[in-house]
Amino acid sequence: MQFINFISNIAMPLIILIIVMYAFMEKIKIFDTFLIGAKEGINIVITIFPTLVGLFLAIGALRSSGILDCIVHFISPILNQFNFPTDIMPLALIRPISGSSSIAVATNIMKTFGVDSQIGMMAAVIMGSTETTVYTIAVYTSSVGVKKTRFVLWAALIADFVGISTSIIICKMLAM
Amino acid sequence: MLNTIWPIFIILSFSFAIFSGNIDKLNQNIFSSAEEAVTLCITLLGTMCLWDGIMKIASETTIIKKLTKFLSPLINKLFPELKNDEEIKKEISMNMVANILGLGNAATPLGIKAMKSMQEKNLDKKTLTNSMAILIVLNTASIQIIPTTVIAIRSSLGSQNPTAIIFPVWIATICAAIAGITATKLFIKWGK
Repeated sequence: MQFINFISNIAMPLIILIIVMYAFMEKIKIFDTFLIGAKEGINIVITIFPTLVGLFLAIGALRSSGILDCIVHFISPILNQFNFPTDIMPLALIRPISGSSSIAVATNIMKTFGVDSQIGMMAAVIMGSTETTVYTIAVYTSSVGVKKTRFVLWAALIADFVGISTSIIICKMLAM
Repeated sequence: MLNTIWPIFIILSFSFAIFSGNIDKLNQNIFSSAEEAVTLCITLLGTMCLWDGIMKIASETTIIKKLTKFLSPLINKLFPELKNDEEIKKEISMNMVANILGLGNAATPLGIKAMKSMQEKNLDKKTLTNSMAILIVLNTASIQIIPTTVIAIRSSLGSQNPTAIIFPVWIATICAAIAGITATKLFIKWGK
């Protein structure tokens, strides 16, 4: 476990160090370039903000009205058979469909259960290891005007399922 | 998609709240959710700007070129049908490198460029080729070395160690990618 923590801790500083050293040796105008990139970062946050407002309302309403508990109550016997934590279910369902709403759902889970709790970790690892599958497929196929996508959706959903299951298993192992 | 999901969420939960007597909680939620979105965005702003700045620097160096070379044996294995299309393979590996570095803005245009080049050689313009299918599945698997957005969210929520998820993410994402590629290869083999 300590080894895993060590790698996780060193990854980000090391990558920043390598990039800055490379850029320095290749005589790039480092700080000017940094500023251009950082400005793009502002735009990303501003673009997702309206989506977050709308979705935080919808997801918060699902939770506070009690309807989510009601749905989970009916599904949990099935999920429990597979040892699948029911609190993660909303995220697993929405993750392949929408990127910004899965950010909202994941944030909500981390807040409700604690960001460093097991469920909170699971939500974070799922977010980091999967993509907005449906959106990605749509962008790539429509860019070339292809209509028949064959098995691609199934293959991608299998990848998502494995990614989500692995995230859950790993977080359970880490907590032990 | 959200044009359907969002109203369903609102209608279902608002009417459920009225009947189940949770209307007080819902009322509180209406205002706190808007506030939460503001707090999250403000705290995200710092990390997102920082990381996008760093990655912009990376995209100006030769790191991407070097990583592309490093990946070429893997690309040859994954795309056996593109044996002689060096140009397409280069586009694909640049797309993968951009994905790995988390340069989402750069990755998508590169991937679409590769799709267009493959489409030119596609005999049946309405159907995906095997190589196109593999490229799409690779892109849905999101192999990323630093999951920046999640780390930013974790730190904004006051995590003790926001980067603790990096290694677990690597394992999960690699398992997902392997599963996706294996499934794709099997589907191709079975002639779907």
